[in-house]
Amino acid sequence: MERKIRVLVAKPGLDGHDRGAKIVARALRDAGMEVIYTGLHQTAEMIVDTAIQEDVDVVGLSLLSGAHMTLFIDVTKLLKEKGMEDVLVVGGGIIPEDDAPKLKKAGIAGVFGPGTHCDDIVEFIKKNVKR
Amino acid sequence: MFDKKELEKIKQKKDEWVKNTYSEHIKKHPERKKKFENLSWNEIKGLYTPDDISQFDYIKDIGFPGEYPYLRGIHPTKYRGRLWTFRQFSGFGSAEETNKRYKYLLDHGETGLSVAFDYPTLYGYDTDHVMSRGEFGKCGVAISSLKDMEILFNGIPIDKVTTSMTINGPATIVWAFYIANAENRNIDRRIIGGTIQNDILKEYIAQKSFIFPPEPSMRLIVDTFEFGYKEVPRWNTISISGYHIREAGSTAVQELAFTVGDGLEYVKWALKRGLNIDDFAPRLSYFFNAHNDFFEEIAKYRAARRIWAKEMKKLGAKKPRSLLMRFHTQTAGCSLSSQQPEINISRVTLQALAAVIGGTQSLHTNSMDEALALPSEKAARIALRTQQIIAQESGVTDTVDPLGGSYYIEWLTDKMEEETYQYWDKVDKLGGVLSAIEKGFYQREIANASYKYQKEIEEKKRIVVGVNKYQMDEPIEIPILKMDEKGEERQINRLKKIRKDRNNAKFERNLIALRKAAESDENLMPFILDCVHSYATLGETCQVLRDVFGEYVEPAVY
Repeated sequence: MERKIRVLVAKPGLDGHDRGAKIVARALRDAGMEVIYTGLHQTAEMIVDTAIQEDVDVVGLSLLSGAHMTLFIDVTKLLKEKGMEDVLVVGGGIIPEDDAPKLKKAGIAGVFGPGTHCDDIVEFIKKNVKR
Repeated sequence: MFDKKELEKIKQKKDEWVKNTYSEHIKKHPERKKKFENLSWNEIKGLYTPDDISQFDYIKDIGFPGEYPYLRGIHPTKYRGRLWTFRQFSGFGSAEETNKRYKYLLDHGETGLSVAFDYPTLYGYDTDHVMSRGEFGKCGVAISSLKDMEILFNGIPIDKVTTSMTINGPATIVWAFYIANAENRNIDRRIIGGTIQNDILKEYIAQKSFIFPPEPSMRLIVDTFEFGYKEVPRWNTISISGYHIREAGSTAVQELAFTVGDGLEYVKWALKRGLNIDDFAPRLSYFFNAHNDFFEEIAKYRAARRIWAKEMKKLGAKKPRSLLMRFHTQTAGCSLSSQQPEINISRVTLQALAAVIGGTQSLHTNSMDEALALPSEKAARIALRTQQIIAQESGVTDTVDPLGGSYYIEWLTDKMEEETYQYWDKVDKLGGVLSAIEKGFYQREIANASYKYQKEIEEKKRIVVGVNKYQMDEPIEIPILKMDEKGEERQINRLKKIRKDRNNAKFERNLIALRKAAESDENLMPFILDCVHSYATLGETCQVLRDVFGEYVEPAVY
């Protein structure tokens, strides 16, 4: 049997807006993936530790506070340090257009804003998952 | 309202209309949808007539504005006397930048202030705390000490303008900053006016900026009720909020039921403390969302007023003012599209109109760019102008509760009230509000509603203009707010200077006194005021309470 794609949905920092993260978590589960949700208030260290322990293929970050340029990049940096570059990282939230290319350069492969169709996220993950 | 004979006649006429006119018409011109539903998934009929509200008794159920049950409004003249307060929620970067924005808004006709704090402030951390990383000034202004509060209101007449502050976990401390700042400016605390949100229950349910576990949090809130009516009598010590519950994805009915249910829970805790209901109830206030379904929103506000008046009466309130539901409204941030952002102006206009027809006491209109970033100056000005157009040009302010008596609105108001009581039965069966939170009841209800709504958008059962219909593939061309990059450094230096320059012996004595009081059951407000007067920072003061009360960790359900 084919191994299911394992996804960690994570909320870095202090932001409490979890509506989007919860919707995406459900949509990925309904699409047949195994989803682990960290809950709120995670540091980059906590997220990467969970990613290692749970042996996930994908990390999905959600942030609506505007701190994405710091906190998303903290996570990709730390994943790299731990030799987990093959984990696909995607992110979403209130992200100005100008920031998206910078995030992509820093290793957040997919950036999804408000109004994104959940199927597009599912397709993106299926197409780009590396493990 | 209608006599039996008259009703019989109407019913008979209606049956004939269905048979002869309606049924014939839809043979040739079918309706666009099989079923029409509002945002709470209530089915809406094509026509409402007197037999839909056949039970209703005008004097008992509707009455007159300014009189029980306050369905038509809390003032006899409403906006004919005084318009609602134009109160734009605003804050970003440092206190200096936000102070400038406040002056700009006041210069353009804003009539009340509303402070948005950044995440570290909402969680009781100073800007230089490790958990504050990346968050300085991002979704509100950073206020770490009395010094920051002084700068935030520098040159603003806080003896005249009222200020609402969206602060919950550390509300006692931030309120103390505001009071202390007034006192340092020789303004008596008895004359300052404003609101602290201070609604922790909806934090556990939806907004998630909690710090302490429920019991000590409820104690702090009752402390503010008591201190408020005795010492700061023009202050609203709570703003019981449905806004965030709705933003997290609830339906309108859930927003109504959960919020008013929370309000009654606070009252019960205050009564348990031994406070007199007519002392503190007049300073309780509410905060609702204004979402897309126009009539549903109006019915929601009307139902809320009537339910609150009825329930407060049952709890023993005697003063008319204790029965009044006064509320602020904000248009729905979650309804805005990042695509074609300019069209958000139209959405906001309709939502704001519903809030006004529903009788709001104050209003925030969202800026068109808020699905992308914090509002630019121009976007914020257009949002304010939208309120001014409704107030000055539309004519909707000329009469009180203009939709009162509409068969549809009265039917829907009754229906939402009925469903509110059904939700309360469920919460009672789970052991009450706190127990329902612990069991994840509200969180699950909201997550289910939000997922269902999202699916309907994706399946195009619901249309969001610019998102799943009428899309355009064009670059977004509106300016995004840029913040002062030096703000964070300046703030951290300010904190260092405060810690060095203050009378540290006095500061430490005050913190020790606060800790002792927190371990007892004394009202903590006077102790917190002493701390902030001696320039204890937000983080330092909050840490004392964290040590005594512990921190809340929520069950992560999706």
